[in-house]
Amino acid sequence: MWVTISYICWAISAALASWMVFDWYKTDSSYSEDMLTSSREGEIEAATEKHKI
Amino acid sequence: MAKAATAPAPTTRVSLLRVLGPAHVWALGVGIVLVGEFTGWNFSVDKGGTLAALIVCWVVGLLYTSVAMIDSEVTSTVAAAGGQYAQAKHIVGPLMAFNVALYLVFAYTMLEVSDAILTGDMIVTVAATDGLTHNAFIAVTIVTLAWLNYRGVLMTLNVNFIITALAYASIVILFFSVQPWSQGTVLRLGEMVTPQNALPYGWIGVIASFQFGIWFYLGIEGTTQAAEEVRSPARSLPYGTMAGMITLLIAAALTWYVCASLLPWEYLGFTFFPLYDAARMTGSPILEFLLFWGTVLSAVASANGCINDAARAWFSLGRDRYLPTWFSAVHPKYRTPYRSILFLLPIALAFAFIADLNQAITFSILSGVLQYTFMSINIMMFRNKWPLGSIRRGYTHPFHPIPAVVLLVLCVVTYFAIFLGFGSQLTAMVVFYTVVSLWFHFYRYQYVRRGDQFTMPWPKPLGY
Repeated sequence: MWVTISYICWAISAALASWMVFDWYKTDSSYSEDMLTSSREGEIEAATEKHKI
Repeated sequence: MAKAATAPAPTTRVSLLRVLGPAHVWALGVGIVLVGEFTGWNFSVDKGGTLAALIVCWVVGLLYTSVAMIDSEVTSTVAAAGGQYAQAKHIVGPLMAFNVALYLVFAYTMLEVSDAILTGDMIVTVAATDGLTHNAFIAVTIVTLAWLNYRGVLMTLNVNFIITALAYASIVILFFSVQPWSQGTVLRLGEMVTPQNALPYGWIGVIASFQFGIWFYLGIEGTTQAAEEVRSPARSLPYGTMAGMITLLIAAALTWYVCASLLPWEYLGFTFFPLYDAARMTGSPILEFLLFWGTVLSAVASANGCINDAARAWFSLGRDRYLPTWFSAVHPKYRTPYRSILFLLPIALAFAFIADLNQAITFSILSGVLQYTFMSINIMMFRNKWPLGSIRRGYTHPFHPIPAVVLLVLCVVTYFAIFLGFGSQLTAMVVFYTVVSLWFHFYRYQYVRRGDQFTMPWPKPLGY
């Protein structure tokens, strides 16, 4: 039984890894690089934490 | 499939999602650490005896309480993904920040590897089937958790909260099931720990046991990586981190008491599953079942939190151009650093398939201690450059500079302990960090937009 479970584990791993690679490809080809890498540090600070005491 | 031309305009910012609360911060911190109760800490018994393990449990607890207090103050002020990396960047400088980010990635990736190996070994031990190896269980653990992290931080940490709470409950249930109020009924502390075997190697054994005593709490500082995804960093981070530290101090004490009272020290310092073995010693199949699942769930929770934290540290390096900006991509739907998660996935798998558990644990501990050393210096510089009253802090830690000094002293003791057991690995890691620092200084830093990396709206530091 455990050997069968281990094969199922390999199958789940392969399926999830394939899904992530597919989604990665889909996302990268659907959106521009500028948009995907547009996150900036400190946006929270600018919005909510004014550091005025 | 939509084309780039039809995608939202580049001016639309995609950032990490702010959806987390204090409970998620607790789940991240305790989730990463709790596995240390189920395995790891007990190797300190091998180094110095059962009493040495208790001494380091409390002394290292002091170290980590200092870490938690210092971290809470700085992170509630520098609320950015990358945690200690962002702190180092603003307070010490870019080279320190680059190193700190690498400490983080190494510490968490190696811890994730150790967790996956532990999960696989645990299942193989219980299955007791000829020809069964741990590789399939390692792969399914790492890939499934990477997938969960890829799909979103809220679900990831909701899952972590539940499985961490279940694992914690298994320790509490074991503790009360062995009637701790009545020594001699089930527990045999007086027989297991005697004046002859309490400190078999004397006080040098106590020093040596620091190396693995760290596993009682290793990783609680990981809460800071959630800084950019919590709704209220100034409130959630100190609250979640300090609550996590209290939880862990209790768990460490319960674990030591039960294991030291049920297992002879020679075996306790050798086994990979001390709590599970303690449950087996009670003869109760229910407790055995509970602690089997407690061990597996704690390892899974730890690996889950480690994937979350390592990916955010790597993502932050990309965002500041310390590494190619390609790594700083955020998934427009799931709002996670998906490329960083995917990049680190095969690395973790490769280490998990080829590395030995002891080696992986040692690399994780070494990177962690380097990071704590930085934190003690960092808080002193932070208080000197921006004294109390100059900027708003979400939390102010008491008794400064005593926690910083205690932390530094304990780090030095731990380096000595690591040197005693793993001197060559310690030397190799120092050489590695020296080489990558030279690479960063002489080559990579030319690509960094120097003005853009300092984002906190703070006044000029004192003396500048």
